Parts: sequence; C-alpha cells; structure tokens
Amino acid sequence: MSIGHDAFTFVRELVRAESAIVLEPGKEYLVESRLVPLARQSGHASVDAFVADLATRRNPSTLRLVVEALTTNETSWFRDTDPFTTLRQSVFPALAKTRSKREIRVWAAACSSGQEPYSILMTAQDTPELSGWKVDMLATDLSQEMLDRARKGEYSQLEVNRGLPATTLVRHFERAGLAWRISPALTSQVQFRELNLVRPFPPLGKFDVVFLRNVLIYFDLATKRDILRRVRQVMAPDGHLFLGAAEMTMGVDDAWERVPAGRSSVYRIREEQRTCVP
Amino acid sequence: MRALIVDDSRAMRRIVGRILVDAGFEILEAGDGQEALDVLAAHDGDLPVLACVDWNMPVMDGLTFITEVRKRAAWRAITLMMVTTESEQDRIVRALAAGAHEYLIKPFTGDALVEKLDLLGLTPTTVGDLV
Repeated sequence: MSIGHDAFTFVRELVRAESAIVLEPGKEYLVESRLVPLARQSGHASVDAFVADLATRRNPSTLRLVVEALTTNETSWFRDTDPFTTLRQSVFPALAKTRSKREIRVWAAACSSGQEPYSILMTAQDTPELSGWKVDMLATDLSQEMLDRARKGEYSQLEVNRGLPATTLVRHFERAGLAWRISPALTSQVQFRELNLVRPFPPLGKFDVVFLRNVLIYFDLATKRDILRRVRQVMAPDGHLFLGAAEMTMGVDDAWERVPAGRSSVYRIREEQRTCVP
Repeated sequence: MRALIVDDSRAMRRIVGRILVDAGFEILEAGDGQEALDVLAAHDGDLPVLACVDWNMPVMDGLTFITEVRKRAAWRAITLMMVTTESEQDRIVRALAAGAHEYLIKPFTGDALVEKLDLLGLTPTTVGDLV
C-alpha cells in the first residue's frame, strides 16, 4: 500500500483542522502506516481508496478515527492520574511504615517508552514519607526498541506535553536540541530489561509495588490467569498491584482482592493466600 | 464555566476554542494582552475560570498580561495557562514565576490540552469526544 498526493493532502488538512498538528510533506509514511489498519478494517484495498471514500462520505466517526490514529500515539506521563495520587497518598506512606530497610522495590511490567517508571520515580520523590529512601525500579517490556528509547530518556515536545506538569518538566528535564532529556538522577535509578510476560519470569526477587496496567486486556483468560499467578510469586506478601482501569482480577485469579484506595483501587494478595502462593 | 483564549492567531483561537467547548466551557476571545485585560474588566462580575494565553502577541504579550492579572486580587481565581511555541526551559520558568499555573507548548493534541485541564482541576465533561 502507498499513499498518493491527493489522499495525503486530504488527511493533512483534516488533521490540521481538527487538531493543532501539522503533517509536513515527508510524513506520508506516517500517514500511510497509521491508516493501513483502518483501511483494512473497512475492507479497502488501499489507503488511497479508503481516504477517497472518506472524503466522499465524511462519516464523522471514521473522520475521528483517522484523526486519532494520527495524533494519539504518545503515552501520557502520570497516565490516568489517580494511580499516582494513590501511590503518593496511601501506598508509599503505608510501605514507609512497614519497611525497615528504607528501600522499596517497584516493577513497571510493560514500561513501553518509559513514561510510567519515570512517573513512579517522580511520585516517590514527591512523597515526604520516602525522603531519603531508595527506590529500586525494574522496568520491563517486550520490545527492545522501546527499552532503548526508555533507557535513553529523550522525549519529543509532543511527548512532554502529555500529562506532565510544567513544574515537573523544569525540575526533572533539560533541553537536548529539539527534545527533552530526563535527568540522569532518574534514569540511573531504573534497571531496564527485556521480558515477555507470557513466558516464565526469570529470577526477579520480590516487589512491594507492581504496575501491570493496560497489558492484560491483550491476552485471553488463561494467559491472564497465568500472568496474575506468576505476579503473585514475585510480590511481597503485603505488596500492591496496580492494573488498568478496565482490568480486574475478579473471575481471573481470585487469590487477589481489590482494595479501594483514594479514587482508584489496588489489588493485594488475600490474607489466606499469602503463605501458600503456588 | 468560562474560558478566555488570548491569541493573535484566529485559527489558534478556533482550535483551542473547539477543544474547550467540547470540555464544557463558554469561550471569550482576545487578540492580544491588552484586549484580554479589557475583556476581563468587562466581565468583572462573571470572570472566566481559565485563560489560555499565547506568549508572542502585538500590543501586549502574554507574559505581561499574566503579570498584570496576578497584580489584581479580584482576578486571583483565574487559572492561567501559557499556550505558546516558546519551548526554552527558561521561558517556562519565567512564565511560572510570573504566575502562570501551567504551560503548554505548541503544537499539541486535544488530549494534551485536556490532560492539562485535568492537572489544573478543571476536569472536562466530555473527554471522549475530543481528538
């Protein structure tokens, strides 16, 4: 599939009218790669045919899908806000009371381009109860390419616009040409490692907090159950698991219980299960 | 809830305005800082809760506008967000020091603006409809 001049011009004008994003000439590959799935879903043989049909019918929901496909790939910092508020207000203070070594271990289990583990570390720095504590952060992902990006810690202007308070931006980042680079003080706290959640985990130790957000939705029930069982094995008995807003353990692995925490919820291993993790 | 958009670009006012209308705001507009001060003075009894302010404008720039707003106790409740192409770190620091509550760098997506509203406690009503 390739995209012709007319189709590119139509999409470019559509995206410019609906958002502040300007797709410069040369971005044809981007438009094409993002629209191929939509073209296929709607039964069109090419992106050009899909766009020509779109330009004729101007179906509002399809127009919106096209704009979203071209504008919403950036992962947000502090995504969904509430889990990070819960970390700062209840989970981290609770751990600070029960851990004698002044150290907590956190696993971001699908870290993608790194926004999540860095957001967790920034939240830890904003938690007075953890002042002077060490946060040992493991960030894993299936994609080596994503891990390289996360490790490098450089983000585009569009990426730092997503959910990052301006005060946090100036505190933890510095300009690197057109990009922004996260401070070495944060990057040095994270161990990045390739890991496929579907396969048996390598030795990881025990974690006080696990972020496994918006990952389980991609798996079938049996795989979800297996992953949640293996996460229990690497969880401190009183550890806290964060899932995505649309995900839950109920009916998948009932050894977990959902505990309301602030405006969100966390999952903890049920008391009676804590000594007999299979 | 009312929002004031201060930008010398009509196209930019339209784009920001559309996102804010979807988020449940009524819109006031001004093409420069001085005109924005006049708009606020004319709406003293029913002030906007939010002002999205461009930096570079004729007559009065956004930084001066923000400084002027922060001098007036009666306008303290207005949340000020700089929305600009100026992306240098020291610019952000200057805007925050002058009294801006947030800073959004152009270009941006609708989602990015909505997330800023969320950070500012100005949660929109129809996030799902935005681009």
